[in-house]
Order: sequence, then structure tokens, then C-alpha cells
Amino acid sequence: MLDDFLTRAILAGLGLVLVTGALGSFVVWRRMAYFGDATAHATILGVALSFAFSAPLYLGTLGVALAVALIVAHLSARGQTVDTVLGVLAHGALALGLVAASFVPSLRSDLDAFLFGDILLVSRADLVWIWGGAALVLGLLVWRWQRLVTASVNEELAMAAGIDPARERLILSLALAIVVAIAIRIVGALLISAMLIIPAAAARGFARTPEQMAGSATAIGAISVLAGLGASFWLGTPAGPSVVAVSAVIYTFSLICYGKG
Amino acid sequence: MSALIQATDLSVSHAGSQMPVLRGVDFRIDPAEIVTVVGPNGSGKSTLVRALLGHVDLTSGRVRRMAGLRIGYVPQRVHIEKALPMTVRRFLSLPRRVGDAEAGAALARTGVPGLESRQITALSGGQFQRVLLARALLNDPQLLVLDEPTQGLDQPGIVAFYELIEDVRAETGAAVLMVSHDLLVVMRASDRVVCLNGHVCCEGTPQVVSAAPEYRALFGAGSPGALALYQHHHDHDHDHVADEGGHAHRHGPDCRHQH
Repeated sequence: MLDDFLTRAILAGLGLVLVTGALGSFVVWRRMAYFGDATAHATILGVALSFAFSAPLYLGTLGVALAVALIVAHLSARGQTVDTVLGVLAHGALALGLVAASFVPSLRSDLDAFLFGDILLVSRADLVWIWGGAALVLGLLVWRWQRLVTASVNEELAMAAGIDPARERLILSLALAIVVAIAIRIVGALLISAMLIIPAAAARGFARTPEQMAGSATAIGAISVLAGLGASFWLGTPAGPSVVAVSAVIYTFSLICYGKG
Repeated sequence: MSALIQATDLSVSHAGSQMPVLRGVDFRIDPAEIVTVVGPNGSGKSTLVRALLGHVDLTSGRVRRMAGLRIGYVPQRVHIEKALPMTVRRFLSLPRRVGDAEAGAALARTGVPGLESRQITALSGGQFQRVLLARALLNDPQLLVLDEPTQGLDQPGIVAFYELIEDVRAETGAAVLMVSHDLLVVMRASDRVVCLNGHVCCEGTPQVVSAAPEYRALFGAGSPGALALYQHHHDHDHDHVADEGGHAHRHGPDCRHQH
């Protein structure tokens, strides 16, 4: 069954949305969208490094994404304006990655696949990385759920309950880095933020509690993957952008319904 | 009687700033006592509260909290993102999950029964403050800490809220530490008032503090005391937005002192 490229693509997409629903909700609640972008753009540098040193792809993307998460956490703790730091890191790392990629002949031709993803090229090894990373992050979120939600609601209330908001923030940053790193094959460096934000934003209108929002976002993500891959298969559209486009359409409908309610 | 919280020679500076926000503050609160901290904007009231709770690093001094002290805390200006869906019921279960009966009783206690299924962001200011208080009461606190709990409430709302606080104290025996701008209303409800301006400029019973020259110097240039302050309530502007130093209030154009 795994011999079929479409089956592998569906499994890869579902593995990713298993965790982007919940994690994306935190990204929306805590306004971490730009942080997700910065981490994601930086993974192109990771791809270039992996190719240059003939290392496994995910080692490079994971290493760079985690490094960016730690740098941002460190700089913002020292009182730097996070917005500016992220802007520098996001575009600096993307530019550096593109420059580095130009020195790697084998990467020059299929750079697009890493910018926008190529889910139809997902291999069995990719599936192991994707499902492994998604399971790890989902486990982390479930384990610390109450603490993470409390810290997202209000940091003072969290501190009064003995929760360290800085630690919860760092955990979310690292979780985000892992998801961004494993998503590079599926939607690519430029569109992973969309997979985090759009389903969660679409779910907001249907949800009355944080758990309902995370659950609805997961369902919307799954529908987007299936419909997007369907469109790609039958209409020949690019797979990653099709998935994101479907979720954007769902978001638009949710705005219309929610706006009336 | 042993203090719930005792602070000695407390100093706190903000990161990157030379001027300490608090310097040499001694503070204690005993069981079942209502203590109110008053002071102009920027006088370090919230910083004092956060230092007593252990939320900020001290430059010097120390804070001793009674072992196992249960604190119910209502912070200043709790803002909940509209992007975060949250019913009142779910909010009461953060971070410790509580049963429906317990949650319902806490809401009833603070005068907002039956709000469980409402969205937090759809509540009025007064309802939200009462929900915050209900949440603070859930772990059966020995000390309630309320940082400007009546911000954004109208005058009847403010009076009603302080009456509720007094009722809760009478019922549960919890001590109450409040920070407030509502000078006289809150002072009448207090056992002890601490007037803060970076340091403790005076403290004692409400009568003692309102008669102290240091207090008058801070709160009313030429004001004969708290009574006049109370009558200013409707026509002067408490500037909560600009957190610069200076006086707690400015007189409005229609201000008429009754003296």
C-alpha cells in the first residue's frame, strides 16, 4: 500500500495536520505567526547545509530551526524587540540559504521543492520522520496542555499558579521548530506557516473552548489535505499550494458563517 | 500571630534602569487582615505585589511567605485574546481542573451564578472581575491579592465590589491585599493602608493615613484630606493609561473643593 505515491502523500499530510491543529491554535492565540515564518524560512539554510555535507535532510532543517528558536528566545529575553529580531532572522536566513543553495549543484534544480514542498515525492523514510516528529510534538502538547493554555491566557495568572511562562514559551518555540523542520517536504518553507495559521483561524468561529478549537483546526487541516491532494491529482495543480488554498477557502466560509453568528 | 507574608528592606529595579522602582520597603500582612496599598501612578504598587508573590527578582531584601500559603490572585488588567475561545466554566479549570459543583458555587459566591457557558470575552467589565475573583477563591485561599480590581467599573460597581470583598473576608477569614486608586471607598474597607511612592511614605489605619502630611502631599495639594478626595471622584481624571509618575489625579474644570 505504501508503494503508492498518493497513499504516501496522504499519510504525510495527515501526519502533519495531526499536530498543526493544536500547535497552530497556540500560534494564533499567542501571535507567533511571524515566529513560525522566521523559523520556516531559515530551514532553507538547513536544506542547503544538508546537501553540502551530504547529511540527512531533516538533520539540517531540524538543526537550523531549533537554532533559530533558541536565538529568538535568547534575544527576546535580553529585551530586544522581537519583531525586529524575527525580521532579520527570517529574511537573513532565507537569503543566506538561497545563496548557500547556489553553491550546491544538486540543489539548484529542485530548490522549488523545498520552498513550496513536493508532497508527491514523500518517501517511506520521510513518513518515519514526519510521523515521529508529529507524535513527539503532540505528546508534548498533551502532556503540558493545562500549563500551556494557562500561560497563553495570562502570564500573571500562570505565574501565580506556579507556572513559568518563559519555559512554556520555549517549549512551544521548540515544538514549532520541530514541526517546521518535518514539514519541509510537504508544504515547503514558504507555506508551512499557512498550515499552522489558516486551519486554526478557520476553527475559531466554530469553537467555544481551546480544546474545540484545536480539534476543529485538526479536522479542517485534514479536509484541506485530502481535498488539496485530490485537486492536485485530478487537476494537475501543485500539491502543497493546493492544500493551503483549500484551507484558505474554508477560512473564508468560516468568516461568512461566523460573521453572521 | 505569624505573618502570611513578610518583606524586609525590599528593593526592586526594572531591567536596564538605574532608578529603583521600590527601595527599602518593609511590609507584612497578617491573617484575616485587609491591607490596601495606595499611591500615585508609577509608585511601584504593582511591582510590590509582584515582588511579594515572587514574580520579580529582588535587588535586595527578602520576602518570606508562610509555608504552604494558598494565594488567590487577581492581576491588573487581565486581557484575554479574542482569538482564544474560552467559556467561563473552562476558565475556572485553569490550571487546576475543578468540578461543576465547585465552579458553580464559586460563581454564585461572587454574585455571577449561571455564567458558566458564556464566553469570557463577551462579559461586561464587572462580570469579568467577579469571574476572576471566583477563580481566585477556588483553591480556598488564605490570602486574596487584588491588583486594582475595580478598574473600568462605574461607581456603583466599585462600591458593590468592595462590599463583596468584605463579605468574602468575613465568611472565609482570608486576608486581603489590595492595590487601589479608589482612595476613600477602599480605605473605608481596610484595616490598614500603606501609602507607597517608591518607598513607604506612611502607613496605619485609614484615619491615620488620611491625616498624615505625607499622604496629603501625594494626593491632594492643599487638600484637607480624604473627604474632599472622595467628593472629587466624579469630576477628575484618573489617568490609567499613561503610567508616568506624578499625581494620582488631576482636577477637572468643574472641580469644587468643599472646604
